[in-house]
Amino acid sequence: MCTYTTEIIPVHGSGKINGAWQRVDEAAVYFDHPVHFPAGHSLMIDVRSSRNDSAERVALELDATSARALAEAILATLDQVPPALRADSHVG
Amino acid sequence: MTHDLIARTITMAGHHGDPLEAYLAHPTDVTTTGGVVVIHHMPGYDESTKELVRHFAALGYSALCMNLYFREAPGASPDDAAALVRANGGVPDERLVGDVAGAMDALNALPIANGKVASIGYCSGGRQSFLAGCRLPLAGVIDCYGAFVVIDTPPERPFSFTAVVGEAAGLTGEVLGLFGAEDEYPSPDQTAILEERLTAEGKKYEMHTFENAGHGFFAADRPSYRPVAATEAWEIIDRFLARTIGA
Repeated sequence: MCTYTTEIIPVHGSGKINGAWQRVDEAAVYFDHPVHFPAGHSLMIDVRSSRNDSAERVALELDATSARALAEAILATLDQVPPALRADSHVG
Repeated sequence: MTHDLIARTITMAGHHGDPLEAYLAHPTDVTTTGGVVVIHHMPGYDESTKELVRHFAALGYSALCMNLYFREAPGASPDDAAALVRANGGVPDERLVGDVAGAMDALNALPIANGKVASIGYCSGGRQSFLAGCRLPLAGVIDCYGAFVVIDTPPERPFSFTAVVGEAAGLTGEVLGLFGAEDEYPSPDQTAILEERLTAEGKKYEMHTFENAGHGFFAADRPSYRPVAATEAWEIIDRFLARTIGA
């Protein structure tokens, strides 16, 4: 199905979109029909700048197992970093 | 018979007269024929949807698909546009109906138009096709596995789409529903509710639920494709269009 389930969160960071870096401020996570990955459904991640008039984004389509592994890897990596360094990732 | 056809991108007037990009195909070897409004699925105004437009022209009908995401993302790739519109909460129902009305006008303005127009939509477009049929004078309404026709989207989602079956009294054309027995959105229980409601309203309809098929069984470019169900369903569509919008 075309699921309507979508998680949208504000983010702070930069993304490389069409070969050029730009600041990003929004991420959407959803499970729906992929455009390129040859599966019926996949976990989709879009990261973009809401200030950009363009619809361009950093996009990922992952199978469910990979998506969960990626999420766990992100959490494991953050957990291993000293708190002072995590704080150093915040801007402003 | 496979008809000769021409296909091209046009600009049409959508809801409130907004200019919209649209893909139009029509046969070149008929003097008069009906039109089909093709409503693209949530992934957008993509190549597979344009292929459907050409297919209807090859069947002998004029067909048009408007880019429902053109306002938000003119010139963007279909997937980027779809992602942006999803993040913004989707296409409002009122705007969708206005866009379908504009597409009907564009089809009826063709020199070969016979004045009869049907709509067809897949997935999210199935719900939108049904909704358009409840509010517009469509001669035929085809719903291919549209979810949330008889139930609302759950409240915690950023989308807020309500069931449209409550508007069934407004249907003026015949309804064709094509579903997969293994689908959960819509489930066979949900399509049974739809059928009950159409019966109660005294509406003319035809519904088929295909075994060994789930959501997206028409999509030849996806693993959900089920050739046996899709082939039979295309034959049903062909007969339905001949009956509802044929010359």
